[in-house]
Amino acid sequence: MVDVVLGERRPAAPGLIVLRRAARRPAAAASAGALILLVVAALAAPIVAHLLGSEPDAVDLLGRFAPPSAAHPLGTDELGRDMLLRLLYGGRVSLAVGVSAALAAAAIGTVVGLVAGYRGGRTDAVLMRMTDGVIALPLLPLLIVLAAVDPRKLGVPAAIADAEYFSLVRLVPVIAMVGWTTVARLVRASTLSLKTRDFVLAAIAQGAGSWRVMLRHILPNLTAPILVATTLSVGAVILLESVLSFLGLGIQPPQPSWGNMLTNAQELIGTAPALAIYPGLCIFVTVIACNLLGDVLQDAFDPRRGGRLR
Amino acid sequence: MTRYIALRLLQAIVVIAVMSFVIYGLIGLMPGDPIDVMVSSNPNLTPDDARRLKALYGLDRPIHERYGAWAAAALGGDLGYSRAFGQPVLSVIGPRLLNTLQIMGLAFALSLAIALPAGVLAARYPGSLADRWINLACFAGISLPTFWLALILMLIFAVMLNLLPAGGMATVGAPLAGWAWLADRLKHLILPVATLALVNIAGYTRYLRAAMIETLGEDYIRTARAKGVPERVVLWRHALRNALLPVVTIVALEMGVLFSGALVTETMFAYPGMGKLIYDAILGNDFNLALAGLLMATLVTLIANLAADLAYAWLDPRIAYG
Repeated sequence: MVDVVLGERRPAAPGLIVLRRAARRPAAAASAGALILLVVAALAAPIVAHLLGSEPDAVDLLGRFAPPSAAHPLGTDELGRDMLLRLLYGGRVSLAVGVSAALAAAAIGTVVGLVAGYRGGRTDAVLMRMTDGVIALPLLPLLIVLAAVDPRKLGVPAAIADAEYFSLVRLVPVIAMVGWTTVARLVRASTLSLKTRDFVLAAIAQGAGSWRVMLRHILPNLTAPILVATTLSVGAVILLESVLSFLGLGIQPPQPSWGNMLTNAQELIGTAPALAIYPGLCIFVTVIACNLLGDVLQDAFDPRRGGRLR
Repeated sequence: MTRYIALRLLQAIVVIAVMSFVIYGLIGLMPGDPIDVMVSSNPNLTPDDARRLKALYGLDRPIHERYGAWAAAALGGDLGYSRAFGQPVLSVIGPRLLNTLQIMGLAFALSLAIALPAGVLAARYPGSLADRWINLACFAGISLPTFWLALILMLIFAVMLNLLPAGGMATVGAPLAGWAWLADRLKHLILPVATLALVNIAGYTRYLRAAMIETLGEDYIRTARAKGVPERVVLWRHALRNALLPVVTIVALEMGVLFSGALVTETMFAYPGMGKLIYDAILGNDFNLALAGLLMATLVTLIANLAADLAYAWLDPRIAYG
């Protein structure tokens, strides 16, 4: 096999070194713990619903704004729906959108960064000016327009466009379209340095085509920057999803998401402040955990930093 | 230098031209069109009338022709009428833009006033207790959803403490003049500006800290310290000046972020600025206004970027202009 890397063996698996370095930071353990807890809780939502004997959409107009009780551990909202269940089901939506949009954005960013960095020259200049352009734009107003686009005018059949899950599915490409820039820049920078390395030159000398070099030889070495940038963008994407849903353009009710649970909170802030606090707290904890974890990973992957305290 | 400026100007013009086409196309993809809106409010119009009106206003023509017609008019200063306001788009946007620039400018100044000392302090003693707390606070800042921060500030200062107004730009109907008028306006600005600034402080501090740490490792800093230059002067004169260079670029790039934040903040606090105007125009099918507003927002960010690029070239004599 040509792919055997000579003279690059390290004493321990690189992944292990990274994990060891990351584990030395308390912020990493706390963030990872919080994220795992959130994911498990979101996955367990149907079980909790069964235990409480309720549904996230079950309206109880006689039990509006109920205080916490055994039946409703976090109380009820303005329609008497169980707050805890809505938070858990909302978490499923927010986390699913966050992870899938971040992955989609990472895919776009990786292709753009790889091609720009490897091809260089005019291709690089055009792609990077495009990236700069997207970064500089006022993204939220543009996202609002993108989210307001009528899918029927794009030829999406009405049956699909009106389906309940459509508001969730459409958010992924909408957010990915503006969220790919961080990954693109990081991947380009790494590609620039990788393409002059001996193993890449050897592959080219053996007659490998440019796509083969990019995908087989350079891409596997980009795991670290892509992982870091994706972790960081999960947080950013969840923030975007929440603000779009809050403004009424993201996840459509009655499907709960942490963002749209806050839509009515402003009017009710005098009567039911708890409605405004819980969903926001969930968003905040998830995003800060992703950001801290991304930061720790960045440090751990960076051999120059050697895991020392920054 | 002239060549460099000309090149950057040209680049900005290309971006604005491309963006205007993209936004024009996207607005066309929003539900309905102006004639649909007209039909829905007038039951006497038949489908035939609607078709004739669409032909009359050219809505049946392909998009590049329509864009061409719009662009030609726009270049002549005619951006059309706002449906909701019944006024030319430009005269609706003008005062709103000023309001937004006011809120953005104040938030920007406040952010810098806090981020500069915080970033320098954190970089002075990396790994210290102060640095770690500042770092954690920054992470909290960049992870806060702006709209939720606004809600919480409203809950604390307007609902619970009843200290500040929860929204608007001035007390409605209050016959105020002079200082009382100014005080009233400022009171309405505190919460929106604080909301907008808090998120930005975190970002700016992080950039500045990273740039300062790198600068403080340079040889000339060691030389200055060895010569016995007071630490205060080393930090604030020798190091900060150079550390600010990369920060200027990033801060300018973040103007778009600042504007996005302004949109949320204005919507939350019912503050009559550009952000709220664009949001309302998009939701209310006010096509001309949405289009012009989005373009104006893009233009403002581009100008900020351009200014930063030029400032960078002017501040750093090492830069060669290609």
